Amino acid sequence: MSLIRLEKRPAPSRLLSGLTPILAVIATMFAGGIMFAALGFSPFEAIRIIFWDPLFDPQFGPYSRPQLLVKAGPLILIATGLALGFRAGIWNIGAEGQYIMGAIVGAGAGLAFYPSESFLIFPFMVLAGAFGGWAWAMIPAILKTRFGTNEILVSLMLVYVAENILASVSSGLLRNPDGMGFPGSRNLRRDFPAASNTEIFADTGMHWGVVAAFIAVILAYVLMSRHKMGFSIRLAGEAPRAARFAGVSPARLIIFCLGTAGALAGLAGLFEVSGPAGQISIDFNTGYGFTAIIVAFLGRLHPVGILLAGLLMALTYIGGELAQLMLGMPAAAIQLFQGMLLFFLLAMDVFANYRVRIGTPEIAK
Amino acid sequence: MKLATRLLTGTALAVGLAGMAQAESHGEPVKAGFIYVGPVGDGGWTYEHNEGRLAVEEEFGDMVETVYQENVPEGADAERAITQMALSGADIIFTTSFGYMEPTVAVAEKFPDVVFEHATGYKTADNLAVYSARFYEGRAIQGHIAGNLTESNIIGYIASFPIPEVIRGINSAYLHAKKVNPDVEFKIIWAYTWFDPAKEADAAKALIEQGADVILQHTDSTAPQAAAQEAGNVYTFGQASDMAEYAPMPRVSSIIDNWAPYYIDRVKAVMDGTWESHSVWQGIGDGMVGIGEITDAVPADVKEEALALKDSIGAGEYHPFTGPINKQDGSVWLEEGETADDGTLLSMDFYVEGIEGEIPN
Repeated sequence: MSLIRLEKRPAPSRLLSGLTPILAVIATMFAGGIMFAALGFSPFEAIRIIFWDPLFDPQFGPYSRPQLLVKAGPLILIATGLALGFRAGIWNIGAEGQYIMGAIVGAGAGLAFYPSESFLIFPFMVLAGAFGGWAWAMIPAILKTRFGTNEILVSLMLVYVAENILASVSSGLLRNPDGMGFPGSRNLRRDFPAASNTEIFADTGMHWGVVAAFIAVILAYVLMSRHKMGFSIRLAGEAPRAARFAGVSPARLIIFCLGTAGALAGLAGLFEVSGPAGQISIDFNTGYGFTAIIVAFLGRLHPVGILLAGLLMALTYIGGELAQLMLGMPAAAIQLFQGMLLFFLLAMDVFANYRVRIGTPEIAK
Repeated sequence: MKLATRLLTGTALAVGLAGMAQAESHGEPVKAGFIYVGPVGDGGWTYEHNEGRLAVEEEFGDMVETVYQENVPEGADAERAITQMALSGADIIFTTSFGYMEPTVAVAEKFPDVVFEHATGYKTADNLAVYSARFYEGRAIQGHIAGNLTESNIIGYIASFPIPEVIRGINSAYLHAKKVNPDVEFKIIWAYTWFDPAKEADAAKALIEQGADVILQHTDSTAPQAAAQEAGNVYTFGQASDMAEYAPMPRVSSIIDNWAPYYIDRVKAVMDGTWESHSVWQGIGDGMVGIGEITDAVPADVKEEALALKDSIGAGEYHPFTGPINKQDGSVWLEEGETADDGTLLSMDFYVEGIEGEIPN
């Protein structure tokens, strides 16, 4: 009989659930530091560049701080939507596809009016972007409610379909007619002011997508804590049978959760294509939809947690880029470092859900 | 109003940086930055750009400092990477993939005192030059060898993205394969990636299954070479880099991108203060496009012809797109003896007569 055992807690420890992300970050710094040292870099310098310099370095800080919002905005927006479904046991893995379709439909809606200067164009694009993501998410939703298909597979496969549609419209339907035959749409940010998602306050990184992310966090918080739908979502996730008896319709829940996540992912795509990215191009998507899954879990599927997790994730990206630039560190080392963060988070979760017992088990009396 | 504020802050930023750049020019080494789309160990496109960077270091020693960032996605992340590089005090920044065009243009506007060099694009500015290589010249030699080697008369082609550069390569290779082997047929797979070993291997296997015994690639990994080696009796060509580890079979020759002379030249210009924006397109003659050793798997007479072709292209005596050439739909593109102009080549969006299939759009 082993001396160290894991004993399941009756309920996850609240204190530890809250603490594990912080412990995971600290453990990552340690393990990452060892890896950096093994690669021949100063671990203290590397950790400082990744976590401190993007925020406080006098040379890079003024540029990096706003960039944190730019990078975190789409992650938070998508993760907030995904978390609703995850809480209810509905696994939408295809946010990347919904993000792409939101960008295509939204950008297409704007480009149809090029070169109009009407102030109505951007709001219209926002609606179209949300619709694009929503409609793409409705495919797995309806297939699941009608035919019982697995939403994990369907939503994931639709990412690849969306990527091919993206490649097609970049070199066909939405291609810039003045682009010398190269793929890629007109640049919305540079060449089409009425359709561009500009910073609301200059040099703050605060564009409409970041605002939308904050609003989404607040609404999700209210929904989950105050609204009947939030209660249904939690009940369905924690006690599916009880939810059924309480009259929660699984079909309605699936449509709601997938639809909301899709619409938010679509919005993220629209704000990205009209802002930081600027144009529809073949490699427009860079994995926000997948990274957001990590952010959702890192944030404990809680809106405020997701907000913090999104910012942390953005920090490791931007800090990681700086470490590459300043130390000549290989990109793979940074990816390993990010992977460690997720690994330690999951490992620490064990302690929130289980108690460590030393010695032989007590016998229940 | 908002726009005006943005412009003002942009200018303020620029002025501040200009001061920085000047302060640094007193005896400080010139700092050259490189933005790479793949990992430096890709064995192809990025590898060769990095070789160019190392050549710059070798040439100038302490007078130069180089920095690079690899695996930079094209789009919003690229703009941040380039900006951070400029903020870190780089004097000249090479952005080495087509997808960096818009981000490079945007950053170049904000940093008027840093000079930028964008590979394979077409947008220039006072502090933004573009450079590219006439890879189609190398493709002509590849096509010539491939047309001679194939026994199934099916040549497979792993294409990356349907952009003019790739389409030019296909056309050039086809025309020269057809010239030596009228029965030749091209099967083209669009991989929609520059570097993805798994996808490239799949494409190579699919082409081999369709009967191709020569495979040309416009993607950067050595995965197609490995797939061909496994299949046996399939010929390949190194792309962007020599890929000599697969010689003498399946790799029978290669197109090598040699950026080193250009990079040395441009960094020197920054040191001397003679840098000027331009748009250049260099080929075999200038040394930017190299032909890797043709191995003994190629019959001696074919090798000799290929080298003669290389010399005549390098000397400017022969242009790979010399009429008569018809477009795919049968309409006349070039009359007898007419050569293609650079404008048409740069925006090429059609196949020449004889190639089956459509360019995806």
